[in-house]
Amino acid sequence: MDVFLQQLINGLSLGGIYALIALGYTMVYGIIELINFAHGDVYTLGTFFSLAILTLLGVTGVVTGPALILVVAVTIIGAMILCGLTGVIIERLAYRRLRNAPKLAPLITAIGMSFILENLMLYWRGPSPVSFPAVIPNPDVVLGSVTIQTKQIMVIVLAIVLMLVLQVFVYNTKLGKAMRATAQDKDAAQLMGININTTIALTFLIGSALAGAAGFVSGVYYGSTWFLNGFAAGLKAFTAAVLGGIGNLAGAMLGGFLIGLTEAMTTQFISDQWSNVVVFTVLVLVLIFRPSGLLGESLPNKV
Amino acid sequence: MTVRLPAPLRTPIGQAALAFAVAIALPFIGHNGGFTNFLADAGAFVLLALGLNIVVGFAGLLDLGYAAFFAIGSYAFAMLASPQFGIHLPFWVLLFVASGIAAVFGILLGAPTLRLRGDYLAIVTLGFGEIVPQTFLNLAQWTGGPNGIGSLDQPTIGSYKFGFDALPYYFMVLGLIALAVWLANNMRASRLGRAWMAIREDELAAAHMGINTTATKLAAFAMGASFSGLAGCALASKLQLVSPDQFGFNVSVFILAMLVLGGMGNIPGVIVGSLILSALERFILPQGTNFLHGLGFTSVDLSNSRFLIYGVILVMMMLFRPEGLIPSHQRKAELHAADDDARIAGREQTLYTEAVR
Repeated sequence: MDVFLQQLINGLSLGGIYALIALGYTMVYGIIELINFAHGDVYTLGTFFSLAILTLLGVTGVVTGPALILVVAVTIIGAMILCGLTGVIIERLAYRRLRNAPKLAPLITAIGMSFILENLMLYWRGPSPVSFPAVIPNPDVVLGSVTIQTKQIMVIVLAIVLMLVLQVFVYNTKLGKAMRATAQDKDAAQLMGININTTIALTFLIGSALAGAAGFVSGVYYGSTWFLNGFAAGLKAFTAAVLGGIGNLAGAMLGGFLIGLTEAMTTQFISDQWSNVVVFTVLVLVLIFRPSGLLGESLPNKV
Repeated sequence: MTVRLPAPLRTPIGQAALAFAVAIALPFIGHNGGFTNFLADAGAFVLLALGLNIVVGFAGLLDLGYAAFFAIGSYAFAMLASPQFGIHLPFWVLLFVASGIAAVFGILLGAPTLRLRGDYLAIVTLGFGEIVPQTFLNLAQWTGGPNGIGSLDQPTIGSYKFGFDALPYYFMVLGLIALAVWLANNMRASRLGRAWMAIREDELAAAHMGINTTATKLAAFAMGASFSGLAGCALASKLQLVSPDQFGFNVSVFILAMLVLGGMGNIPGVIVGSLILSALERFILPQGTNFLHGLGFTSVDLSNSRFLIYGVILVMMMLFRPEGLIPSHQRKAELHAADDDARIAGREQTLYTEAVR
């Protein structure tokens, strides 16, 4: 039971990372029906950007006191801005021209962009894992036999806060309304005076910024990263988005936490080697039996 | 005065025969073991590209885990022709057994997933492409884990053993390519092939014309997978080894890039695209590296950039020449349909503006 509770905490913190990445997949899919394969790599880029910012700030280890809040805030916001811009550039270069092309075409450029980003990161930081400073001090919270690390609390809290902000943005602001309108019907939205290109760019900006935040969090959480980190994480986050119902923000969060729990439990009770296999099996099963996901509504085929 | 080819070479069959004759002559012109070795490997990848072309090029289904079928075919061969289990079935039988097993897995994966929309199919196949090598890696008691399975049987014809020279393997691969081209070409023109293309262009419309879309797509998956089984046997018997790291996502994307470069759906295009990328990997990048080292850039190694180059090829080709270097007319029309729509829309806009004025 204690082991189970411990893995529950681990799974929820892993899930927070996946949920943040999954939001980017689900927003982009919701608006232009594209699986943005490069999104996982934007997440890895977020970790490297965070690392670069920490290096600039001269942070190499634990930070305490008020400085901690400042360092974390500056790093996260910096990583979010840089990743957001990367996302906008990717959309402009690789996807915008192909918006009306057969669906195969942007999917193929998305894979191409993923390969390009991975290899640029390979040039930048080399092929071996790069260690990430343990910024967060570690007075663990011990509840009975369950240990909750400070960084785990940070992951979960940060994920939930960002999701709430996003939710408010999408449902309670004018730009959010424009995004929802564009997702429903681009032509009609355009006729209502919405600038489609700006709205889609904004979607990429926000989605990629969330991946940037996830990148920082994952750096702190795992203590290292490498250039191919985003491939498996991206697939898992996409699974989370599909599990929750793609295009549905609450679904992506739910899916993220569920996938995190699945992975933690598999690692504990089956074996580390099989965790990827189990997650992908979940993906296949969801797509077969409930392609609309847990919270999504089923859509008719568009003609 | 225009140069006119002699009459026999003006037909596709004549051109194919000429290409085949050149291919037979190549290793004797090259006169060098390394070159023959390259030709044999490149030939196996031509087979893989021809197989993926049926799925992606003909039927328009984006399969991102094609290397998984290649893995299944190779491992099927390795398990049935090695000391691993002490089973030594004849190579020529295994060629068909392995491609049959790969095709069965194509159907097993396809049956539940092919009802999905195109982009979901892409991600499921990607997941499958991850699961299969991982499974071969994990099931170490049967598959040898990370070391794979070695000392595989070599093909024999009567008392002639293929041995370690690449030449007989090259001729075998060439024979398999001829078979694959013949099959693919006939299938394209058949009722099934036309159904594939109908699905590629508009699945809903095809279904309404009475095509059983699931069965038709399954046939494409099975056919494509069976080609990878042939390639798997050829390459595994030549290398004498299968191991899980030969079948990663990189391999699937490498083969996809061959199609995109050469021209999806067009058999000569796919073959040319495949040869270009194989040559790029084996000759052009190492030569380029040497050249740059000669110029003083000694820290540069272009071979590390090959995945970057595939990425650039995928993006640039889809943006600027989605029909590939050697396009099929039909595919070209489809991929540029959006441009036509845009042009028509633009014209309507002009007419409207003029009318308003």
